[in-house]
Amino acid sequence: MSLDKNDIRKLAVLARIDVDDAIIDDVASKISDILAMVDQMQAQDTSAVEAMANPLDAVQRLRRDEITETDQRQSFQAIAPATEDGLYLVPKVID
Amino acid sequence: MHKLTIAGIVEGLGRGDFSSEEITRHYLRRIEQLDARYNSFISVTPDQAVARARAADKRRSKGDAPPLCGVPIAHKDIFCTEGIRTSCGSKMLDNFVPPYSATAVDNLAQAGCVTLGKTNMDEFAMGSSNETSFYGEVGNPWDTGRVPGGSSGGSAAAVAAHLCPAATGTDTGGSIRQPASLCGITGLKPTYGRVSRYGMVAFASSLDQAGPMTRSAEDAALLLQAMAGFDPRDSTCSDIEVPDYSAGLDKPIDGLRIGLPREYFEQGLDTGTETAVRGALAELEAMGARLVDIDLPHSHLSVAAYYVIAPAEASANLSRFDGVRYGYRCKNPRDLNDMYTRTRTEGFGDEVKRRILVGTYVLSAGYYDAYYRQAQKIRRLIKNDFLAAFEQVDVIAGPTSPTTAFEMGAKSADPVQMYLEDIYTIATNLAGLPGMSIPAGIIDGLPLGLQLIGNYFDESRLLNIGHRFQQATDWHQQTVSQCMQEV
Repeated sequence: MSLDKNDIRKLAVLARIDVDDAIIDDVASKISDILAMVDQMQAQDTSAVEAMANPLDAVQRLRRDEITETDQRQSFQAIAPATEDGLYLVPKVID
Repeated sequence: MHKLTIAGIVEGLGRGDFSSEEITRHYLRRIEQLDARYNSFISVTPDQAVARARAADKRRSKGDAPPLCGVPIAHKDIFCTEGIRTSCGSKMLDNFVPPYSATAVDNLAQAGCVTLGKTNMDEFAMGSSNETSFYGEVGNPWDTGRVPGGSSGGSAAAVAAHLCPAATGTDTGGSIRQPASLCGITGLKPTYGRVSRYGMVAFASSLDQAGPMTRSAEDAALLLQAMAGFDPRDSTCSDIEVPDYSAGLDKPIDGLRIGLPREYFEQGLDTGTETAVRGALAELEAMGARLVDIDLPHSHLSVAAYYVIAPAEASANLSRFDGVRYGYRCKNPRDLNDMYTRTRTEGFGDEVKRRILVGTYVLSAGYYDAYYRQAQKIRRLIKNDFLAAFEQVDVIAGPTSPTTAFEMGAKSADPVQMYLEDIYTIATNLAGLPGMSIPAGIIDGLPLGLQLIGNYFDESRLLNIGHRFQQATDWHQQTVSQCMQEV
């Protein structure tokens, strides 16, 4: 699969990454090379194979629905770019 | 003192030959005076280290010494360390001082280890040469114009240069074993789930695993003993009991069946690499092991499947870096979307962005089945190959890396060439099996590792074989004079 500039622009929006016009051809060509290498997979018949998400085929471990964590809001927010009254501040979303 | 292994340091401290403070200061001095050559550390923490060393000495004097009491080590800068900057090699986390420590770090501290500092690495562990770090490339101690491997390149270089006796690493596709091979040290990636991933900055959650990087298999056993174990904070952590890894180190290996995957030895293996690996295998054979040819018929698909699964998981994991709660935030954002986009564009390096874009692509509507689902199915085929092989053999052996350390810049312009560095290590991560690299030869003045792959939770056997091999050979003790320089 070969990707062009427009494909990269769409992906960049989805990934919230800006790809500068000056490098977009290079980005498209390198990602196309990676996908060409990855395409070796397509020749393999896997119709009878079950997908594997966890190498040990483990299932999600459950615990009792109890509060086990303590309140650490202060220490977590101490490293935030901007907070006020215990809330994280971001640019205004609705005027 | 820097010639000592962990086992030697434990003995020396026990006998009172030196104190923890003395050996800790010795290593801090070495880092200060010699690391400009290698750039293997991102942060050095002398004050905390000396304070911890003094506390360790006090504990020892009271007769209350845990197994690694007062032993100085370094941590890859991917492990959260409370109160100590954890950058993950990225501008995105250049200002990140975590409010908690990773379980692996806590476990080692509980065992008595003193942290000297945090080692350099490829940004978010994405790389095989340590050239993608925001903090600059790391020089291989054997030849500083060459790469140390990656992503745990700083840890490998620091251990090889005797700037610390051991370090932690993480391995998603070979990031412990390949740098261990290229720097001439011992590196063990345990079974997936053996060591908790809590507090380890996530790259690809179904593949990431932490492990020790040391100068001997004996030391790897000591470190893994402290690192491993169940952790309720990591839902994928195994509750299988942790055996005594040191207890079985000396077991004879006669009758051991070692599987040699035909695919690893046939497909254009470098002649020098093959000679070194075959030489090491002959040594094991002389010790009574039996070499058996085996097949891993889907191994040629490992790199392809990995470069779908790892970027897919990375694109999801790295979506958390949005400038809201911690880490980098761009200046003067116009609106929320501008803040997300510019924070990520300015905060991530090229390789990380590339993998996020690939991951976004393979997970997007219309491509999910062809790429992500197909890769997960191939992952099962690869695991099944190994399960079939372990019906016939006890352990699998082959090269760790295709060649010895390459020159800086040699592969950085071509991502696919760089990805092929991990051609022999990736399948182990996809299957979740333990793998270890031990120094097995020197080609044109550069070290190279032998890889041993074990069955699930069979780290003891890998350590046993590694230890026996290191009793009979001295590849793991080879070094260059520069690394032994006194300060």
